[in-house]
Amino acid sequence: YLPILGLPEFRANASRIALGDDSPAIKENRIGSVQSLGGTGALRIGAEFLRRWYNGNNNTATPVYISAPSWENHNSVFVDAGFKDIRTYHYWDAAKRGLDLQGLLDDMEKAPEFSIFILHACAHNPTGTDPTPDQWKQIAAVMKRRFLFPFFDSAYQGFASGSLDKDAWAVRYFVSEGFELFCAQSFSKNFGLYNERVGNLTVVGKDADNVQRVLSQMEKIVRTTWSNPPSQGARIVATTLASPQLFTEWKDNVKTMADRVLLMRSELRSRLESLGTPGTWNHITEQIGMFSFTGLNPKQVEYMVKEKHIYLMASGRINMCGLTTKNLDYVAKSIHEAVTKIQ
Amino acid sequence: SSWWSHVEMGPPDPILGVTEAFKRDTNSKKMNLGVGAYRDDNGKPYVLNCVRKAEAMIASKKMDKEYLPIAGLADFTRASAELALGENSEAFKSGRYVTVQGISGTGSLRIGANFLQRFFKSSRDVYLPKPSWGNHTPIFRDAGLQLQAYRYYDPKTCSLDFSGAMDDISKIPEKSIILLHACAHNPTGVDPRQEQWKELAATVKKRNLLVYFDMAYQGFASGDINKDAWAVRYFIEQGINVLLSQSYAKNMGLYGERAGAFTVICSDAEEAKRVESQLKILIRPMYSNPPLNGARIASIILNTPDLRKEWLVEVKGMADRIISMRTQLVSNLKKEGSSHNWQHITDQIGMFCFTGLKPEQVERLTKEFSIYMTKDGRISVAGVTSGNVGYLAHAIHQVTK
Repeated sequence: YLPILGLPEFRANASRIALGDDSPAIKENRIGSVQSLGGTGALRIGAEFLRRWYNGNNNTATPVYISAPSWENHNSVFVDAGFKDIRTYHYWDAAKRGLDLQGLLDDMEKAPEFSIFILHACAHNPTGTDPTPDQWKQIAAVMKRRFLFPFFDSAYQGFASGSLDKDAWAVRYFVSEGFELFCAQSFSKNFGLYNERVGNLTVVGKDADNVQRVLSQMEKIVRTTWSNPPSQGARIVATTLASPQLFTEWKDNVKTMADRVLLMRSELRSRLESLGTPGTWNHITEQIGMFSFTGLNPKQVEYMVKEKHIYLMASGRINMCGLTTKNLDYVAKSIHEAVTKIQ
Repeated sequence: SSWWSHVEMGPPDPILGVTEAFKRDTNSKKMNLGVGAYRDDNGKPYVLNCVRKAEAMIASKKMDKEYLPIAGLADFTRASAELALGENSEAFKSGRYVTVQGISGTGSLRIGANFLQRFFKSSRDVYLPKPSWGNHTPIFRDAGLQLQAYRYYDPKTCSLDFSGAMDDISKIPEKSIILLHACAHNPTGVDPRQEQWKELAATVKKRNLLVYFDMAYQGFASGDINKDAWAVRYFIEQGINVLLSQSYAKNMGLYGERAGAFTVICSDAEEAKRVESQLKILIRPMYSNPPLNGARIASIILNTPDLRKEWLVEVKGMADRIISMRTQLVSNLKKEGSSHNWQHITDQIGMFCFTGLKPEQVERLTKEFSIYMTKDGRISVAGVTSGNVGYLAHAIHQVTK
C-alpha cells in the first residue's frame, strides 16, 4: 500500500512542477499535496474538503462558480461533494469567439464574498481560450479584493504551449500575490498516463501549520473514498521528475505533443482560408490546447457527423489531436461544405 | 490570516501509530503485528508468481494507456463476478447482475454506499457487526448514511455470539441495510459456520433486510475460493439480491494497485443495465474511470487457465501459512506452560486474530517485548513467522500467566 496521501516523492515533485522550483510557497514550507486519481480525483478531494471546512463548517451554501462553458464534469463534482449553489460565470463570447473578460470580471464583482471560483490554469476546456497575463492580473485583483477562493484545474500543463513554466504562469502569479489556493493537477495528458489515474491536489496555505491541519483532514476524506491511491502511475511520474535525464526527455516529449497540435491548428486554419470558407478562422490558431471551439452550429455539426462521418461535440468543439496530416484535407473540405451548405 | 485557522488537526490513525512506533524501536526482536498485509515466512512482502507472470505478459504487449470505461475493464468485472458467484450461478448466467470496477475494497464499498444513499429510500440505517473494520463506519457516514450495530463477537469466549447476533438481527427494522463479512471477519477472525449462515439468511429474509457483503479475503481465508464464497452464494440462492464488495489486495497481493469490484444482484438483466447507468453517474464525479493496471493483472490471472491454477495454489499457500502460524502459536503457548484456553486462535480464520489480550497486557507486550499490535488485542497473523512464533508465545505467556 502507498500512504493515504500517496507516494511522497510523487507528491513533492508534482507540486514542484506546478509551483516552480523557486516558488516562495515551497521555500516557506507552506504547501501540501494529495496524490489523487487523475485530475477528477484531485478536484473531488478538494471539493469535499471545501464543503466541510471552507467558509464555516459544512457550509453547503457557499456559491461555487464554474465558467460558461466548462468541462461538464465540474458541475457534477461539486454537486456530489454537497454544494447546493452552483453558478456560472461569463467566459466565452460566442459573437467575438473569444474571452468575455468584462462579463467575467462583472460576475466576480457581484459574487458573494468567499465564493469559490473554478479557474482553468491553461488550455481552457472546451473553448481553448485563455486569459492573457494582463487579464489574469485583473482577475486576481478582483478576487483578492472580494475574498474569492481560487480553485485551479490544471489538466494540460506543458501540453498547451509546450512550456511547463508558461502554462503554469497563472497559478504561480496567484501564489506570488499571496493567495491561498488549490490546484488540481492531472498527468493524464502531459504524461499520457490516462488509465493509470495519476493526479495531484496541490494546496497552498498561509503557513505550514495551516497546511498540516488541512492535509490531516484531507487524509480522512481520502480514507473513505479510496483509502490510498494506485502506485504504478505515481512511480512512473516520480521517477521521471526526479531524474535529470528523464525529466529533460519528458519535457521534450511534451513539447513534441504540443507542437503537433500547434501544427494541426495552423494547417487547418490555412486550408480553410485557402478554400475561402466563409467566416474568420484565426481563432483556430489563437486558441490553445487540445480543443477548439470551431464555431460550427449544431446543424452544421450534425452534417459533419451524418454526411462526412466526422465526429465532434454538438457545441462545435473538436479535439485537435484527432487531426493528422492524412485527414487534414478531408476535414477542412468537410468544414467548408458544412459552413457553405448549412446555415 | 488563513481560511484554515479553524480547521482541526485530524486524529492520528491508530494503526499507523503502531507502525510508526515499531519503526522507531531498536530492539532486534521487535515484531509488527499491526500490519494488515501478508508477509512470507521471512517477514517480507510477497508478490505472487502468477502476478509477476501477468505483469510480464502485459509489459511484452506494449499496450496503450487509453482511458478505461467508467465501469472499468469488462474482462475483469465479468471474471470478478464469476469468481464471487460461481460459474454455475443462475444469477451470473442469466446476467441479472452488474459489476463495476472499484478502487479495491474501500472504493467498492464507497460506490455501494453512495448508491444506497441516492437510491435506497427505505432506510438510512446500516447495521454493522460489533466490532467491524474501523473504516466501515466513516465510509457509510461520509456517504450520508447512519450506523447501527448488531452483536457479533463474544469477548468472553473469543468467538461468535450467535444467539446475540440472531436476537439483534431479528429485531432490525424491515428494509434496513445489514453489512456482513463474507469470510475472515475483520478484526476478529470469527466466522459463522454454514448452519449458522443458513439461519442468518432465513432471518434476514424474514426481516426483508438489504444485504451488503464485504468480501475482502476470498481464497485467503480457508485457502479455497469456493468455500470462502459459500455464504454469498447461499444467500443469492435463497433469493436474497445482495450487494457485494470485493478486494484483490490480499488474495492476489495487489495492495497498491487498488483492484476491486462492486456488484449488485438484480431482478433481471434489464434492471442491471439501469443500475449500471446510475453507478456510472456516481463514479464519474469521483475519479472519472478506474486505474487499469491492477484490474488487468487480475483479469489476466482469472481468465488464463494456467495462471488461474497457479493463483489458486499460491493463495492456498498464503492461507496455509497463516493457518500453520496459528497452530504453532497455540502449541508454543502450551509448551510455555500456559494454562489458558487458546483454542480461539486456531478457531479464528483469516489474517487477523482477536487474542483476548487486555489493553494492559498489550502495553506490556509492546514495552517489555517490542511486540506491536492494536490496543484491542488484535494481531495480524501475517506478521508471525516460524522464526518469531516462539518469541511471541513466550511473550504472551509472560503477560498472561
